[in-house]
Amino acid sequence: MQPMNPRTGETITFDNVGLRYGTDREVLSDVSFTLYPGSFYFLTGASGAGKTSLLKLLYLAQRPSRGVISMFGTDVITLPRSRLPALRRRLGVVFQDFRLVPHLSAFDNIALPLRVSGVREADLARPVADMLAWVGLGSRADARPATLSGGEQQRVAIARAVIGRPDMLVADEPTGNVDPEMALKLLRLFEALNRLGTTVVVATHDVHLLRKVPDSLIMRLDKGRLSDPTGALRYPPRRPTGEHDGSLAPDGGTS
Amino acid sequence: MKRSKARSHIASASLSGGFSVMRGDRASQLVPQARLAGPIPWVIAIMVALTVIAAAGGLALHNLAESARSELAGGATVQIVEALPQERDRQAEASLALLARHPAVASAERVSDAELEELLEPWLGVGADREAVPIPALIDLRLRGPATEAQLDSMRRLLADEAPAARIDAQSAWLRPVFSAISSLQWLAFALVVLLGLTSAAAVWLAARSALGSNRNTIEVVHLLGGTDGQIARIFQRSVGFDAALGGSAGLALGLAAVLLMGRQFAGLGSGMVAGGGLSPINWALLALVPVIGVMIAILTARLTVMGALRRML
Repeated sequence: MQPMNPRTGETITFDNVGLRYGTDREVLSDVSFTLYPGSFYFLTGASGAGKTSLLKLLYLAQRPSRGVISMFGTDVITLPRSRLPALRRRLGVVFQDFRLVPHLSAFDNIALPLRVSGVREADLARPVADMLAWVGLGSRADARPATLSGGEQQRVAIARAVIGRPDMLVADEPTGNVDPEMALKLLRLFEALNRLGTTVVVATHDVHLLRKVPDSLIMRLDKGRLSDPTGALRYPPRRPTGEHDGSLAPDGGTS
Repeated sequence: MKRSKARSHIASASLSGGFSVMRGDRASQLVPQARLAGPIPWVIAIMVALTVIAAAGGLALHNLAESARSELAGGATVQIVEALPQERDRQAEASLALLARHPAVASAERVSDAELEELLEPWLGVGADREAVPIPALIDLRLRGPATEAQLDSMRRLLADEAPAARIDAQSAWLRPVFSAISSLQWLAFALVVLLGLTSAAAVWLAARSALGSNRNTIEVVHLLGGTDGQIARIFQRSVGFDAALGGSAGLALGLAAVLLMGRQFAGLGSGMVAGGGLSPINWALLALVPVIGVMIAILTARLTVMGALRRML
């Protein structure tokens, strides 16, 4: 029996997934895993190992060349294109290159997922302002991405990814451009989100980061193949989901 | 303090979860707005102006042809082609008397010598000796309905004995080549309107593709955040629609000014036929619809272009 997402009661599974671009060789081969609901995963591997390709499959930018992907109880392979947006709205994505909308302010960039989902303007002002404050950019709400530093842009990108409280957060090198203190702070934010039931997948090659989240699981990609010697990724053990207080406080405590 | 805010921010951002759209200015702001900087307003303005002029020309020609047709449909002309003046006059008077009793004839009136001289003045000059160049006597017939060949044959038989020099022709027959030319011009105007519409659509298609290319990153981000094709297409529709409305208004003003100016010049000709080519209130209303249709074509083209491009993404 597969474990269930504590918030949605659904899982994310990859079964013998392969991906190739055009007629090139496969960049991902026989990738099989089940994302433990509400768990924290680090995706590691050398450059060119296929981390970004795997993340693209996770955030539905790409369909695999073969294999089966099931997300939240939905078969992604056979899902009609018109139903993908609803699935994408359950995901939060931090792109490696941030992909902020250049002519929108930090506030509007963070508000984008809420607006796409139809949240009323009156209802989004406060959460967006709070999120800006949380990532330390409260005073830069009106700043355009071009006027923000790399680290500030990254924080806006992270705020945009988590503002909608996604069922799964996918982050590609989310701490690559921030100082260690901010990196830790952002990691704590991911953990807090994770405690609320969000499955978190963070691609990184920063080994120090892995130690910061003791309960995390490691997914290691090597030349497009997932290293899973114990089978724990494919058949994760069941574990209690725990009680959550709904807090996003970085240390998990209440305030 | 910050922590409590952080705790509440996600929970309080209630998502409707449906496919509701980004509305109003917020949606259109996703595409950088540079009013009048792009080609669309200018292209639409020129296209609408040309379309209004072509459509006005077509409508005026239609009105002119209809007016002339209705005027000439019930008319016929009797010519007494006789060189001897006395015999010509006799046959003309006999024809008048006979035709007045014909059931299809509403009225028959001989064209006076003064009118004939006036008609021939451009060719023969003032004070020309009429008998030096024998001019047929003319009788203008008004019929009770449109002239038919059967009626004309019946009149010819009636006059055959008393006025053997009489020739009867429907007035519309004289202008058949003119009507044919007018009809061709009407089709030409119609074809111009269609071509201009297609050109406008092609221009919008190119502009929409260009806008798609320059905003590709934004579109991909909105797409990956769960934006539907419809939402993204609406962003461009709004932008193109606004530009087209702006250009369409300017084009309508320009086109109407040109039509009014040409109308005045044609009115100055004082020609009875041209006077029949004026525009009715319905015609003016149709011309006012040109920019509305232009905006609709632009919006539809933008939507189809963007939807087509988006379908190539997952």
